[in-house]
Order: sequence, then C-alpha cells, then structure tokens
Amino acid sequence: MADGILLEKVELKLGTKEFRFDCAIPAGTVTAMTGPSGSGKTTLLNLIAGFETADSGSIRIAGDDVSRKHPSERPISLVFQDNNLFAHLDLFTNIGLGISPSLKLSPEDRKSISQALERVGLGGFEKRMPGTLSGGERQRSAFARALVRKKPVLLMDEPFAALDPGLRLSMANLLLELHKETGNTVLIVTHDPDEVSRLADHALFIDHGRILLQAQAGEFLARRDIPALTEFLSG
Amino acid sequence: MLTGAERRRGIGYGVGSLVGITLFVGIAVAALFSWDAGTASGRLFTAYTWRILQFTLWQAALSTLLSVTLALPVAMALARRPGFPGRIWIIRLMALPMGLPVLIGALGLIGIWGRQGIINSLMLKIGVEQPVSIYGLSGILLAHVFFNLPLAARLLLAALERQPAEYWLLSSSLGMKPLSVFRFIEWPAARRVMPGIAGLIFMLCATSFTLVLVLGGGPAATTLEVAIYQSLRFDFDPPRAIALAFLQIGITAAILIGISLFPNADDAGAIAGRVTRRFDGRTIGTGIWDTLAILLATLFLILPLSSIVFAGMCANLWSLLTSPAFLRAAWTSFTIAITAGLLTILISLAIISAREAIADMKRPGRTARGFSALLGGMSSLVLLVPPVVLGTGWFLMVRPFGDVARFAPLLVAIINMLMALPFVMRVLSPAVETHRRRTARLSASLGISGISKLWRIDLPILARPLLTALSFAMALSLGDLGAVALFGSSDLTTLPWLVYSRLSSYRTNDADGLALILGVICLMLTMLGTAGQREAKHG
Amino acid sequence: MRRFIPFITAAAAAICASSFAQAQEKTLNLYTYESFTSEWGPGPKVKEAFEKTCGCKVNFVSVSDGVALLTRLKLEGPKSDADIALGLDTNLISEAKSTGLFEPHGLDNAVAVKVPGDYSDDTFVPYDYGHFAVVYDTKTLKNPPKSLKELVEGDPSQKIAIEDPRTSTPGLGLLLWVKSVYGDKAPEAWAKLKKRVLTVTPGWSEAYGLFTKGEVPMVLSYTTSPAYHMVEEKSEQYQAASFSEGHYIQIEVAGILKGAHEKDLARQFLKFMVSPAFQNVIPTTNWMMPVTKTSTPLPDAFSKLVQPQKTFLMGSDEVAKNRQAWIDEWLAAMSLN
Repeated sequence: MADGILLEKVELKLGTKEFRFDCAIPAGTVTAMTGPSGSGKTTLLNLIAGFETADSGSIRIAGDDVSRKHPSERPISLVFQDNNLFAHLDLFTNIGLGISPSLKLSPEDRKSISQALERVGLGGFEKRMPGTLSGGERQRSAFARALVRKKPVLLMDEPFAALDPGLRLSMANLLLELHKETGNTVLIVTHDPDEVSRLADHALFIDHGRILLQAQAGEFLARRDIPALTEFLSG
Repeated sequence: MLTGAERRRGIGYGVGSLVGITLFVGIAVAALFSWDAGTASGRLFTAYTWRILQFTLWQAALSTLLSVTLALPVAMALARRPGFPGRIWIIRLMALPMGLPVLIGALGLIGIWGRQGIINSLMLKIGVEQPVSIYGLSGILLAHVFFNLPLAARLLLAALERQPAEYWLLSSSLGMKPLSVFRFIEWPAARRVMPGIAGLIFMLCATSFTLVLVLGGGPAATTLEVAIYQSLRFDFDPPRAIALAFLQIGITAAILIGISLFPNADDAGAIAGRVTRRFDGRTIGTGIWDTLAILLATLFLILPLSSIVFAGMCANLWSLLTSPAFLRAAWTSFTIAITAGLLTILISLAIISAREAIADMKRPGRTARGFSALLGGMSSLVLLVPPVVLGTGWFLMVRPFGDVARFAPLLVAIINMLMALPFVMRVLSPAVETHRRRTARLSASLGISGISKLWRIDLPILARPLLTALSFAMALSLGDLGAVALFGSSDLTTLPWLVYSRLSSYRTNDADGLALILGVICLMLTMLGTAGQREAKHG
Repeated sequence: MRRFIPFITAAAAAICASSFAQAQEKTLNLYTYESFTSEWGPGPKVKEAFEKTCGCKVNFVSVSDGVALLTRLKLEGPKSDADIALGLDTNLISEAKSTGLFEPHGLDNAVAVKVPGDYSDDTFVPYDYGHFAVVYDTKTLKNPPKSLKELVEGDPSQKIAIEDPRTSTPGLGLLLWVKSVYGDKAPEAWAKLKKRVLTVTPGWSEAYGLFTKGEVPMVLSYTTSPAYHMVEEKSEQYQAASFSEGHYIQIEVAGILKGAHEKDLARQFLKFMVSPAFQNVIPTTNWMMPVTKTSTPLPDAFSKLVQPQKTFLMGSDEVAKNRQAWIDEWLAAMSLN
C-alpha cells in the first residue's frame, strides 16, 4: 500500500465548489475513476498531478509527500484527452522532451525513444509532425512518452474519449500490455462502464466532490445501492 | 501551474515594467513642474478649455463609433472568405495607414476627397456645381476612419479567426442562417474584443493633432493636444501644459474605465495547426454583401494610398534613394524603430507574464488583482501622455548630463515604445494566452522550463505574433514625427522629419517621393509581420 | 526574453555613438531652424564660406522653427552651448530679450543693414526679411484680390488656406496684419474672412502643401515664394497678390548669447552675416530678401516679385503684450457659426 497513491483529508475550494478526498490507490494496479460531469474527477486528477494545490491535507506518492511539489517534481506521467503533443515539434522531440526537458539525450535515450515508438506501433515515425497523425496515433505517441519517462504513476484523463470504439479496444489492450510490462500504477478517468470492466482492477465513484465508493471492479459494477452510480452504469 | 520561482519572476518583471514606465513618465512631468516658468498661469480652465475638451471627446466618440461599426462587416466578410482573391494583400494594406505620417495620409485623403479630388471631379461631371467640402467635422471623421478602420478590422478579424474551427462546423451542420451565425458566434466573439479596440481608437482620436487642424477647417475644431502643444511649444508655459495633459489623461481614462467594465476575457480553445474552413455564407446574397464590404473598404483604403503613390512617382526616386540625406535618415529611423520595437516587445512580455502569474494564483489577494488591473490599464493609457510633454521633460532632465543629442535617439525610442505598447499588447496578449492554455499543463508536467521552454516551446509558436508585433511597433515608430520634433538636431533626422524638412523648403516633389518610399518601407514591414500566413492556408 | 537585451543595448549604443564625433579646434555653436541647415537651405554654403575665413568649425544645432528655437534656449538656460541664435523673428524679440539670455551685439555696421520699416536693434541683427502675402494659383484664380479688403470681402467660394496663430509664425503674421489694417474692427474682418478660409493648418508646410496640390487657390505665404517656383521650376504659375493697404513684414534676426563661449567668433559671424558672402546665398536658398546689397545681382525672378508700397511692423513689446488677447479675439471670431 505504501507504494501507491494516498490522499489524506485533502480539501480544496474552487469558487463555490468544495472538494474533499480521502483514498488510497494501491500500487501496481489499474484504477478507474468515474462519476457525472462536474463531479470532481478532473480536479482529483489535477490534485495528484499538481495542477491544483490542496488547501489542506496531504498527498503521498510511494510514501513521499508531494503535496507542495511542482508537477514536474512528481513521479508521474500524464495522458490527456487532447493536446498531448506540441503541435510544432516532431514525434522524436515530443517524446525526447519526456526524458529531458532540455532535450539533452544520450545515445541510449535516443535508442529508447525509437524502441518506445516501435513498441506502440509507430516505428519509424520519429520525424512525423503531430498534425499528420490520426487521433489514435497521437494517443499512442503519448503512451510512448509515458514509456520512456519510466515514472511509477500514470494518470490518464479520458484518453480514449476522442477515439472510435474499435480503436478504443485496441488502445485499451495496448495500455494493459504496457501496464503488465512496467507494473506501474495507473489511474484513468473514464465515462465508459465497459472500459471499467475491460481495464480496471479497482474503481472509484465520485459525486459532488466526494468519493462515494471505492471497490474492486467486479463489485463496483454490480453495486446497485447508489442511485447516481446506478444511473451512470446504466447510461 | 507555474512554479513559485516562475511566479515570483513574472511578478518581478511586471513590477519592473510598472516602475520603469512610471519613472519615465513621472520624471518628465516632475522636471517640467519644477521648471520656474516665471509666468503665472492664471487661466487654466477657461471657457475655451471646456469648449475644446467637449470637441475633443465628441469627435473622438464619433470617430470611434464609425470606425468600429464600419470595421465589423469588413472583418466578418474577410473571416467568412478565407479564399477571397488578394485577401492577404488587403490585410497587409490595412496595416499601412498606421505607419504613415499623418500629414502624408491627410494629403492622400485630400487628393481623393478634397475640393479638387476624384470624388468632387466625378460629382462635377454629373452636374453638381459646388464642390462638396470635407473640411470640418466630416473631414476629421473621414481621416480618423481612414486611419482607424483598418486597425479595428484587423483586430476584429483576429478575434473571429481565434474562434474554434468546430464552431463553424457546428453552425453549418445546425443549418444556422447568417443572422444566427452573427448572433451566436460572430457577435459574441467580436463583442469581447470591442471594448479594447474602441478604447484604443478613442485614445488615438482624442489625442489627434495634425489631422484635426488640417481637416478641421478652423479653430472651432481644436483638441486638447493642440492646446498642450501650444502651451509647451509656443507659449512655453509648462504648468499649463501639464494641467491640460492631466485633464486629457483623467477624462479619457474615466471614459475608458467605463467601457472596459465589460468582460474582456477570451476563452477560445482553438486547435493548433488547423486551418479555419467556413461552410456558411454560400448563398449569393451573402456573397454579394461580403464582396461589396471588402471591395468598398479596400477602395476606401487604396484610393488615398494610390494618390500618394502617383504623387511620389513624379519625384526622382532613384536620386532620392541614393542621396546621403536619405540614407542617413533611413538609418536613424531604422535604429530608432528597431530599438523601440524590441523594447516594446520586452515590456509587453514582462507585463503579460506578470498578469499571467497573478491569474495563476489560486486566490489572488486584492493587491495582486489591483496590480494586474494597474498593469493592464497602464499599458493602454500611456498612449495618452503627450509626446511633447515627455520630450520636453526629458530634455530638461538629461541636459545637465551633457549633449542632449547623445541621449535623444534612445529617448525617442522609449517614447515610441510607450506609443506602441497598447498595440503590441493587443497582438501579443491573446496569442500568449492561447499558447499557454495549450501547452502550460504539458510543459509543467514534463518539467520543461527556462531557456529550453523559451527555445523549444514558446518561440516556435510565438514567433509569428512576435514578428507581427515587432512590425507593428516599428511601423508606428517609423511614421512618428512628434517625439523627434523637440530634440531635432542635425544628428537626429528621421524619415518623417526629412519629409517635413523638404516640405518646408518648397521641395514638395521630394516630399512626395519620400512619402512614397516611407509607405513602401511600411508595407515591407507589414509583409514581415504577416509572413507565414499564406503558408498556414496550405498547411 | 533575455536574448533580446544584448540586441537592444547594442542598438542603443550604436545610435548614441553616432553623434559623438566633434573636432577639437574652435567651434562656433549656432542654433537655428531646420530649413536653414537642410541641404537646400543656406546652411551648408554659409558654413563653408565662414569656415574659410575664421579658422574654426561651425556646428549647427537645428530645431523645427523659430519658436522652437526660443523654447530650446529657454530650456537650456544660461548654461546653453549656443553662441549664436539665428532665426528668431521680430515678433519674438521682446520675449527673447526678457529671458535675459542675450547680450547687445556691439556692432556699428548693423547700421548698414537696410530693412523696410527701418528696423534696427541693439541686440539682434537682421539677416533677411520677407513680406507676408497671399500667394495664388494663376491657373485657377483669374482675379486675385488687390487688397486685404478684397480678400476679406471677396467671393467665399474662392478659398484660402491660412496658418494657425497659436502654433505658427505666419499665422501670427496674418493676425497682426489684419490688426494693423483693421484695428478694432479686426474681429468683424475675421468673421467675414472666415467664409473664405478653407482650413487653418498648424504650420506653413501643411498650408503650402494644400496649395501646391491644387486643393486651394490661395495660401498665406511670402512675397518671395513665387521666386522659388520661377527659379527652380521655371514656372510662373504661382504669384503673390499685391495688397494696396501694404504688407506685414517678417524680419529674421540673429543674436549673441550672454553665455557664449566664443564671443569674438560670434561677433565675427554677425559681421560676416551682413556681408555679401552670406547675403548672396540667402535669396535662392532661404527664399527671403537680403538685408544688404549682394555682390552678385539677384536672379531675374526677384525683380518680378511684388514690391510692397507700405510695410507694417508692430513693436515687439506691443505684440508680446497683446498677443494672447488678440488670439482670443481671433478664436472667438473664427469659431462663430
């Protein structure tokens, strides 16, 4: 447990909205995070990633208190729904920036970039510009960057939402393979109950800035005593 | 999303700029104030002052209203027709009036609209006996629209083009008619930037000097700027000049604060590298309307410019271009313009990063919010400080430290920087904001910062708006005569100064030729500023 | 952002450095207006001729016009580098004297100077003069006014461009001209003339520009203006109208500053200024009349110019005392609807 993500009495007020999170996300697992729009999923993600700073409480990653740390100092890789790549830089540079923000790359680093691209099925795409890629290819590149960063935690904010269903399936499989290879801790925000069952070991349900339920994926999907969750699962 | 250090640095830059500009203006004013003029300025606010104040505000309000209202259909038409023949040149043309010395523009306008101009000749042919005179309020409005409509149209066009491409897709798939597109997409987008644009134009028109006198037809048309100039240059009565300058700044600022109470936020989330495609406006009616709007605006712009070109062609351009006087003046103008341009960009970026740092704070205190507003206000209000006040004040300041001619170029460049700051802020601020929105989280999570961020992430994207801003500021500085006038010495001859000098030695032909050359230089700067826009269309 | 700073300092240094070079020999600092020193003006020739005789360097500092010249001297005060101020006109003399910055020239050959109206002064020496006149375009105006009265009362559709007395010397000249002719009736005269005034420009250049562009058939300028067009453009299209009441004169003068470093040199220059070497240059460069006999005959064109029968000139003290009141009078009359 100490290796995972631990949120203790994390409180945050944004405008009129109040958030309060308390949870432990076990290391080496895939945890799905669901909930209605505006419930606080992205806020929770932003808190862990460091884009929001909590008013009180603490956030620990692998036992280390990161509450006051800048996003770049947290052991985290990120995949957003969109704008994962700098549109004016080629894939090699985009991924290279994941290793070294000043792009100081050793020969091994360069090799690992090519290997990561190979691994996500984009071998030889080093010089391609993001604008020439399909949506799926752009998300794969983001995975490749997560691979080379070798961070223990991967946060994903609806990474497949913009993709068509067939593509989602293959991307999910790719994600699982990578997860097995690296053994990282994955936290993924999703709107899709199928994705929960397909990907996740655990699941969180968030509503009105609170975590209403945290359970094993199987149990989560079977719960019918929380109206909001029932609505979500059936919708 | 900024690190604490980044935030502190940003705010530091802002404080630096604020202090710098305040000192620059304040020292000039203090120097003038401490001057013992020996004359008691008994008659500060007479009926005369109130009358010119009224006229100043009235003509500025009308000019602003006309410029912005007429610019809207032009900008909308240009936005709706990305493939309009020669569109890029029309947009480039629109940056031209800004860089022209106002007298040249006025003479160009008179060539078209004057008593002997094309319009009156045509009227004569169709049987109108008496020439229609533009002198008076109508002439002032005409000239102000000529100089400011293009500016408004360009800024509005930029705002329309910042709308996400999806909006146009959506509106067409929803089957929205032009009126609905206007109501739900174009107008909201335009309305957000309009207070800013209107404020800028209002300031430009309120401080107008030469245009108002040349085209005003008589002393009933007098602005405060004329009175300030008179009291400093002709009567040499600094306290009165400063009192009038404060009146001008105070009243105009109050009006601007009035307009700026409207929200000025811009939350467009456009996607990088995607080219706007418009699916609306495919009917014949809108086609005719748009073509008409663009053509009329282009004609309105190009006719006076072409009368400048025709006049200039009569001069011996080659011997002008190779004359040592021209080369010297061109070099002086260029060094001042580039210094002013780079300074403007530097200060703008400092102010923008400070405001960004404050916006990034979760709960900025009242001081921080006030500081941010102060920075925003100052960066536009500096336009109201009369250059003649700054010039005279600094003349007094640097005088004890040696030959004024040595400091003059730098001072002129700084004064030009203050003039250009509001324009450059309007170009850079939205560009930086959009860029940050797209890349801030990613850069922060990857820990890209400092030089590496500047070099790899910021410069490639911001190069184009920076270039636009630079060309804008340089064109403004190139066309400026006011700041140089006081320091004027044999060592500091700029191109507009040379034009005036030729005019005042009867060499009208040479002056016309130089005006043409100056116009061409400004056009070249504009091309630099809009470079890459065509590539974007194919990319 | 930091990358730009070296650029800026380099550019700033470059533009500052360009103005250093100065010779070590004796230098006469001469403050004047810009059109005097421009490459077409008398400046370059005057400098060359004087430097030949004085074994010194002449350094021009030029500002936009005579009024700016006086302002500049006031701003610089007693510590000014100026040895000589050249380019004030008679209307500014009272104000210039009251600054206490000038000292009497102490030259008796100033008497040799011959200016209409017999102007002479112990501090300022005239170097040229011109009469204000309405210059008209013979192509569009067949019956030019023959008197100020005809100008005031003539056809309102025949327009004139005049200069603003608040911002320019010719504008002030016209104001004084009308005052000299009409006295207390000046406001009524202005109210009538107003109908013929196309526009009031801030300075001479703007008005004359409108005139040569054909926008307006008459402009307030000088009797000598047609000489330029006759000599340089071989054109007689533009002529000055002779007014039967007489013309107001503008006399341009130079004086020595109290704080001058090179007083002997300055006095030497004033002597040179009224000698043929200087005066020969004036007519065809400054396009004004010389104040002493030139050694070379004036171009033909000058004999064709209007020779005013009567010259108006108000005392500069009187002008200084009443200027503001008369301008207010003018403003009121011109702002009527």
